[in-house]
Amino acid sequence: MNGEQHPLAVPVYKTLLEVLREDLHLTGTKHGCELGECGACTVLVDGEPVLSCLALPIELEGREILTIEGLMEGGRPHPLQSAFAEMGAVQCGYCTPGIVLSAKALLDRNPMPTRQEIAEALSGNLCRCTGYIQILDAVERAGARMRERRS
Amino acid sequence: MLRLPPFQYFAPRSLDEALRILSDHGPEAQIVAGGTDLYPKMKRRQIQPRALVSVRRIPELSHIAWMAHDGVTLGAGVTLARVLACENLAIAYPALARACAGIAHPPIRSMGTIGGNLCIDTRCTYYDQTFFWREALGFCLKKGGTVCPVAPGGTRCWAVSSSDGAPVMIALGAQLRLIGPHGERTIAAEEFYRDDGIQYLAKAPEEILVEVRLPCREGWRSTYWKLRRRGAIDFPVLGIAVAVCMESGRCREARIVLGAVGSCPKRIREAEGILEGNPLEPDVIEAAARAVSRAIRPLENTDFLHLYRKKVASVFAQRALHELAGTPLTGGLSGT
Ligand SMILES: Cc1cc2nc3c(=O)[nH]c(=O)nc-3n(C[C@H](O)[C@H](O)[C@H](O)COP(=O)(O)OP(=O)(O)OC[C@H]3O[C@@H](n4cnc5c(N)ncnc54)[C@H](O)[C@@H]3O)c2cc1C
Ligand code: SF4
Ligand code: FES
Ligand code: FES
Repeated sequence: MNGEQHPLAVPVYKTLLEVLREDLHLTGTKHGCELGECGACTVLVDGEPVLSCLALPIELEGREILTIEGLMEGGRPHPLQSAFAEMGAVQCGYCTPGIVLSAKALLDRNPMPTRQEIAEALSGNLCRCTGYIQILDAVERAGARMRERRS
Repeated sequence: MLRLPPFQYFAPRSLDEALRILSDHGPEAQIVAGGTDLYPKMKRRQIQPRALVSVRRIPELSHIAWMAHDGVTLGAGVTLARVLACENLAIAYPALARACAGIAHPPIRSMGTIGGNLCIDTRCTYYDQTFFWREALGFCLKKGGTVCPVAPGGTRCWAVSSSDGAPVMIALGAQLRLIGPHGERTIAAEEFYRDDGIQYLAKAPEEILVEVRLPCREGWRSTYWKLRRRGAIDFPVLGIAVAVCMESGRCREARIVLGAVGSCPKRIREAEGILEGNPLEPDVIEAAARAVSRAIRPLENTDFLHLYRKKVASVFAQRALHELAGTPLTGGLSGT
């Protein structure tokens, strides 16, 4: 979990979302619908977006989980975090952790996605506030910064 | 929090072990793959198994194997994302790729499996609700009650077969291999479904779907059109899978299968007959599309008005056939 190992004893029927929030006290991962419909609970498992409300920890044994708390790099915000803050892509913020992680999975796999590809990658993440435009802009800006950094 | 009810969890590493656990626990046990259909239903207390038997670690369920000139075999545990990542599948079976690409959204496609997709529970506006909601309204036939509010005079459940994969597998002529305590059998995808919202699968609960065999479809064209309110997330409220085999400009064989208009996927043989032996020209297509709409009787238990779904069925049939004829129509609804 975020680069650390956590030995945990929890009931098998607790979802990853419940364990993250209630046992590990990592409340950055949000609970929305808890039925797979909103994406608020998205985390990355081996780099791929997974809904923590529909995943059991026992099914993820030995795999690497990244939550929003583990996204900072060397004490500095990830380019996605900075771009979201700068572009007004965060309003109430409830959808943000899930969206940022879905966007990270996309940019790691495809450093220069089209706007359509960004929308497709984020199609499971609902936002009630922003109207999405700022979110798409922020992902584009973060992608550009990450490419600059690499070159 | 909407929590899962307590259960025991088993993660067998072989089919034999899985079958043993399933028979030890009898009707209290339920198979789980990605859990993306089962867990929400358990949270809403629609299904409350005491034991879950995961098929994730069973090696026989995880392959994609091509057979020379004889099609492909997909392990039931192959995720939808893996199906989509396989370019050869998209080339050989466009309808399959199109259907998988429209299922739910990316995280669910990387968690959910093709086998799970073929076995998902039927859906209904009155059934896919929380326990609190269902209790307040009065339980229905499918779970705990004695009356069906959709068709109160009747004695059957009309919950809707809502898998995007099911009509496509039937249109492509897939065979399903099942293993149970009494041995294994292979059946046509078409025979896997029953026209009953409660007992919707022709399979015993302890039978495991092991793999899906798709025959070679050289010379065939196929596509899938889906109606839903949003371009992602939503289940289909109408799905049309069409496969045609063309020979010297005429349709030699056709399969048209509708999803989400009844308790099982529905093959429209009258429409297939109209196409067979004829070129895919506008008047032939129109006649077939009319036959599609005539053959279905969707009810008022999904999103959108049932009459609207019936109407869109002929529009989508027409568009799907024009797409396969190479004369695509443009306009309004964009089947996603
Ligand atoms: C928000 C949301 C949107 C969705 N949208 C769509 C959609 O648009 N289209 C669509 O088709 N589906 C949709 N689904 C349903 C589901 O996510 C997919 O169909 C998925 O492919 C199911 O696979 P799974 O492995 O997660 O199945 P599970 O949930 O693990 O299992 C589903 C059922 O199949 C049985 N089962 C699973 N594997 C086997 C096996 N090998 N042998 C025998 N029985 C088995 C289980 O016992 C259970 O009854 C959606 C789900 C959610 C939550
Ligand atoms: S069709 Fe009737 S019995 Fe079946 S799930 Fe819906 S309300 Fe219940
Ligand atoms: S809380 Fe998991 S998808 Fe909504
Ligand atoms: S910022 Fe409020 S839900 Fe997206």
